[in-house]
Amino acid sequence: MNKRNARHVQRAFSILVVLALLWPPGRAQADLQILITKGVTDPIPIAIVPFAHALPPDGPFDVGAVVQRDLESSGRFRAMPRSQMKETPTRVADVQAADWKAAGNDYVAVGRVSMPSSSEIDVECDLINSQSGDLVATQKFIANSGSIRNAAHQISDFIYEKILGVRGAFATRIAYISVQGKAPAQKYQLIVADADGENPKVILESTQPIMSPAWSPDGQWLAYVSFENKVSGIYVQTVRTGERHLVSARVGVNGAPAFSPDGSKLALTLSGSGGNLDIWLLDLSLQQLTRLTDDPAVDTEAAWSPDGKSIYFTSDRAGGPQIYRLDVAQHQRVERITFGSSYNARPRVSPDGRKVAFVTREGSAYRIGVEDLASRTVNVLSKGNLDESPSFAPNGASIIYAGRDGEIGTLQMVSVDGLVTQRLRSDQGEVREPVWGPFAH
Amino acid sequence: MQKNILVLIALAGAVLAAGCPSHKPRPQPANANQGAPSGSLDQPVTSGDNGTNALGAQGANAGNEAAGPSSAQLQNRTIYFDFDSSDIKSDYNALITAHARYLAANPSVRVRVEGNTDERGSREYNIGLGERRAQAVRRALMLQGVNESQITTVSYGEERPAVTGHTEDAWSRNRRANIVYLQ
Repeated sequence: MNKRNARHVQRAFSILVVLALLWPPGRAQADLQILITKGVTDPIPIAIVPFAHALPPDGPFDVGAVVQRDLESSGRFRAMPRSQMKETPTRVADVQAADWKAAGNDYVAVGRVSMPSSSEIDVECDLINSQSGDLVATQKFIANSGSIRNAAHQISDFIYEKILGVRGAFATRIAYISVQGKAPAQKYQLIVADADGENPKVILESTQPIMSPAWSPDGQWLAYVSFENKVSGIYVQTVRTGERHLVSARVGVNGAPAFSPDGSKLALTLSGSGGNLDIWLLDLSLQQLTRLTDDPAVDTEAAWSPDGKSIYFTSDRAGGPQIYRLDVAQHQRVERITFGSSYNARPRVSPDGRKVAFVTREGSAYRIGVEDLASRTVNVLSKGNLDESPSFAPNGASIIYAGRDGEIGTLQMVSVDGLVTQRLRSDQGEVREPVWGPFAH
Repeated sequence: MQKNILVLIALAGAVLAAGCPSHKPRPQPANANQGAPSGSLDQPVTSGDNGTNALGAQGANAGNEAAGPSSAQLQNRTIYFDFDSSDIKSDYNALITAHARYLAANPSVRVRVEGNTDERGSREYNIGLGERRAQAVRRALMLQGVNESQITTVSYGEERPAVTGHTEDAWSRNRRANIVYLQ
């Protein structure tokens, strides 16, 4: 974190920002809308000037609006309203930095969208420090009509990283499960969307429960549990094409699939006919199973460390559920990781391997806790009563999880430093079990 | 970098169209109930551990429900559990005995015991708790003469609540095992 953030007063104020006004005209209604519920006390003021564009006849795509929405939704930036802009330069040469500084902006971003050919769209951005007048950086992304939204998110990542020194995660995807209707007529959907909730695509639909989605490390596949055959089975589905394969339909429980960091194996939970849940490793190309736990307790919810050497999991071998770590090469070596609360479950490891997020019980409330593995200190980051399913962003800066908003299941985000919270509200039905996808390869 | 991963089984899904940003994407989702891949992965386990023989693949058909016995005594098919427990309370002894007697006397009749939990806590861990409850009922039936081959178990964890709601009343009615008679 840079020194600007270090100057912030610890207590953050609550703000509610409705971002509807920033959405591009003609945009299809998103299924998820981001609402910031808490931001830092001293957000960085930045002006995102509308980009110049020369675009296809079916309508211009407002890159600047997406960038502005991304940066504001992070809770760390405050964008100048367009209505206050006296000038709208699109090149650094046309930017009078002192004017923008006088208007209260620390940074100005200007840009241009152009079409060098019918199939190529170039998106360029210049980021200017209005205090010094210096060009901080300039970046060009090459896109096509199908990927211009993604190019806008990459511009957001570019600005975020140049200013905050942390890689942005705006150009990433999430997957989650949506449930609509009531039994016996309920509909389950597995949905992949952009990290801001836009662009949702239903990749699986079922009248039976779908659970535990898990991304492959390269973002090409999702593994999940489906009850379409009345009992649990684990499928792996290619996101782009919809092709799916049933990889485990053994007697008893088939659950909690997790791809290894090199993508070659799936950790999963099996119980056999005896009903004792244990963690196994499935080599996907050799189709071989290796047992990792052998304990009469419930052992489930495997999560890999990023170096692939350890698996964290939930076990109630000590009475109630706690988080343990096993050494994949010598899986008899098991170490307990959580203490403190009588209920700690569902671990997920941060991208740098230093932290584990999990569900922890505080009193009667189930919340998201994060443990620093070196110091073993735990911070409880969420405040709901029924929070679950934490998943780290690939830059490690925030966690998406499922919470409840009264009767409705919602997705929420909290920054790992606890300073920024957001809620993604669904227009329809319940949403649950979010998983944040990897950086694009 | 990814190896091609899998034994091929029939495709279930439609091809997903790539979205164009200025039009609402038309999802053509894979439909799980339209002919999911039949059969299952039937590879022999080679790790050599004991107990893996029990992990033989099961067919896609987990059994269709039937009305089951019509006598009034056997209409009660749900056992409720205390929080975080898979102990069968003595209140249910008569229920268990009644079903066990019927099944022992009709060895061709099969049941599926479905274990469930309330919504609190982690979903996959709740699958484990639900399985414990189903297994507890299964063992109780077997102890009274029901053949192992007559009983299968499944856990739905918190995924199939009987009652929606976030109160102890709703939760207590979801912590249950159901005995489902099969054809």
